[in-house]
Amino acid sequence: MSRFRNALLTLALLAAAGVVAAQSNTFPGIGRAATPSEVAKWDIDVRPDFKGLPAGSGSVAKGQDVWEAKCAQCHGVFGESNEVFSPLIGGTTAEDIKNGRVANLKRADYPGRTTMMKVPTVSTLWDYINRAMPWTNPKTLSTEEVYAVTAFMLNMANIVPDNYVLSDKNIAEVQARMPNRNGMSTAHAMWPGNELSGIKKPDTANKICMKDCTPEAKVASFLPDFARNAHGNLQEQNRNVGPQRGADTTKPEPKAGMLVAAAAPVAAAKPEINEAKAAIALLNKHSCTACHGVDKKIVGPGFNEIAKKQAGKTDYILSKVKAGGVGVYGQIPMPPQSLPGADAKQIAEWISKGASK
Amino acid sequence: MNADNINSGRVQKAPENFLTPTGIKEVFAEGKKGRRDFIRNAFAAAAAGAAAPMAMAQGNPVPVEGGDPNILNLPEHTVGLGQGVAAEGYGKPSKFEANLQRRQSPGLTQTTQASVSFAPLQSLFGIVTPSGLHFERHHQGWWDIDPSKHRFMINGMVKKNMVFTMDEIMRLPSVSRFAFIECGANTATEWGNVAVPTVQYTHGMISCSEFTGVPLITLLQMAGADLKNGKFVLAEGGDGSSMTRTIPMSLITSGEVIVAYGQNGEMLRPENGYPLRLVVPGVQGVSWVKYLRRVEVGDKPYAAKDEAIHYMDLQPDGTHRQYTNLQEVKSVVTTPSGGQVLLDKGFYNITGLAWSGKGKIKRVDVSTDGGRNWRQARLETPVLSKALSRFNIDWVWDGKPAIIQSRAQDDTGHAQPTYQQLRSVRGTRSIYHNNAIQSWLVQENGEVKNVQVS
Repeated sequence: MSRFRNALLTLALLAAAGVVAAQSNTFPGIGRAATPSEVAKWDIDVRPDFKGLPAGSGSVAKGQDVWEAKCAQCHGVFGESNEVFSPLIGGTTAEDIKNGRVANLKRADYPGRTTMMKVPTVSTLWDYINRAMPWTNPKTLSTEEVYAVTAFMLNMANIVPDNYVLSDKNIAEVQARMPNRNGMSTAHAMWPGNELSGIKKPDTANKICMKDCTPEAKVASFLPDFARNAHGNLQEQNRNVGPQRGADTTKPEPKAGMLVAAAAPVAAAKPEINEAKAAIALLNKHSCTACHGVDKKIVGPGFNEIAKKQAGKTDYILSKVKAGGVGVYGQIPMPPQSLPGADAKQIAEWISKGASK
Repeated sequence: MNADNINSGRVQKAPENFLTPTGIKEVFAEGKKGRRDFIRNAFAAAAAGAAAPMAMAQGNPVPVEGGDPNILNLPEHTVGLGQGVAAEGYGKPSKFEANLQRRQSPGLTQTTQASVSFAPLQSLFGIVTPSGLHFERHHQGWWDIDPSKHRFMINGMVKKNMVFTMDEIMRLPSVSRFAFIECGANTATEWGNVAVPTVQYTHGMISCSEFTGVPLITLLQMAGADLKNGKFVLAEGGDGSSMTRTIPMSLITSGEVIVAYGQNGEMLRPENGYPLRLVVPGVQGVSWVKYLRRVEVGDKPYAAKDEAIHYMDLQPDGTHRQYTNLQEVKSVVTTPSGGQVLLDKGFYNITGLAWSGKGKIKRVDVSTDGGRNWRQARLETPVLSKALSRFNIDWVWDGKPAIIQSRAQDDTGHAQPTYQQLRSVRGTRSIYHNNAIQSWLVQENGEVKNVQVS
């Protein structure tokens, strides 16, 4: 109550003084005006009407150079790779550009959906490349490079010609050529306000039937036996006390009536392998895991693969981390890494000892 | 013991019964000498050695000696001195709970930084998700950000662009509310057919916490936001992806949207956006922007990457539904559920979770015959709007195959659809917003399988 009274008093005083009462006076001392340079640094979003787009331009040719240096490792030379992320380019036609609808999206048998098949707005590409790319060094591209990379992607999808220079002046024309620009709908009940279609009635309906609702149920889909252990041993993913146990999926499914859940005493957690934990934490910290999995290839080889090939060779591994390399595991080069020496050494030792998890 | 005790429903043997009377005597003798490890090992060996079903089997039998060694032989913790206070400055779960982990689904993503981990719903109780088991979704890796350096900015259609420190945000009047957060892609793998084995992987991209923070409307009013023409708010994260999402102004003016720093009584966990995240009750998780650094008031939606490339629902005619934000009514039985094994025939408490992005859960019905007949489940309190609700229902398993389903209805009257109903409208390629009724097949051997029924 007293806060309310104080607020009224404040408002009354302000009114008396002829000050325009801004709400912020309710909470004196909290928050301050943002300076223009602060807003400029953070307000980087670009809307579909291109509000927020900085003036500038970039050519397809320049974009190709940037692409090869900074994008191709993950996205493939033609934006087709699905090694690290979903493919960016492919699946669109000249007819789609004319219609603004990607025909392949109607086909249930079409394998995969690329970014270019889906995205209706060039602004979205520009905005995300600018704010989030490259993957391990976001916000390091110049405005020209962002225009150029966007232009190169559009060129790979045959939306702009080889000699095109994309700029703030012509980007709206390009948006009007996007292959899926007419492929969006907001006529659904899943926006929780009235700002878009305003539709409230859901598209699905079920009745609260309680008795003899359906014919006898038949199992139509289940996991095949070979996938039994695909998610690891489910026995180790369930609590060891209570009404159920996890199934031991390292063994074939038992026949009815057989012992299926071991009633061994509840096992305490395995002692943590601290060395491995620390090394993996460093790999995450220095973004090594963006390109190398502990036990699988991503862009570069898995650490397990390196461990196998270079067992015991701590110094060799350390030199490769520092200097980078190419050709031992494939043709995608690894740039020299600048992590602190002690961290690099710890990682190299862990790899040379087998890269255990 | 009659034949009923050894037929198909009998799946779990208490290890005591695999010891001969002589063996038991020996074990007890050793136990009396203080060698309790001997007892444990003997039981383990008996369990491991068991190959064939035995006639004598009961979950909690009385051994021939006339008592349970766990009762008769007072354990260490009853006859010794326990540990002192503050042995753990920040307490951890029991070492026996190590199986409860959030986990990645193998093969789902190629990197761990743009990936998800799933909460172990099969082993959780009530409606609150322990913060350390909260599901994760990162778009460019997570950070542990120094709160003294974190800033929150408001700009766009406001009278005054403003910045706030965490100190300032935490000085403002706070509110606390429970809310579920569900990834729009939760249950995505199951659109066409069964693809993963357990409820952790089918439904584990949902969690529920008590969040504490400041209503975003309070902050927008401080900046003099144009609430009439500013129909949309862009929320932006401070991490590498600086992820952006468009938030409806109507949810903000209702006071529901919170700029949150607290979660279950402590600060947000780093994986969940420490020190500041947006809480948008009822809306899919991608809108709950983590490491929140800025909101911008605007008059048009923003078509961010996760609004114009991902998080769009592909329909059978090749159209994408854009700006599909609501999480519609949904439920799932968490036990018994896929990958589990029932210990025996007899009584079970079927339990699960229900939720709706549009309001409160009104009722949940449970079927054990694949959707032919249903019984209404008990809703446990509290039943809160746009939070998880817990349901329970009694069940006596007769040892025969059973298909367990749950069907939720929210207070708008919307009832959770079957797979047939959902697919007849949206096909099987939507990826997002699969809220169909889940089926678990309890087999005669006690093992529970993820299935879909026709």
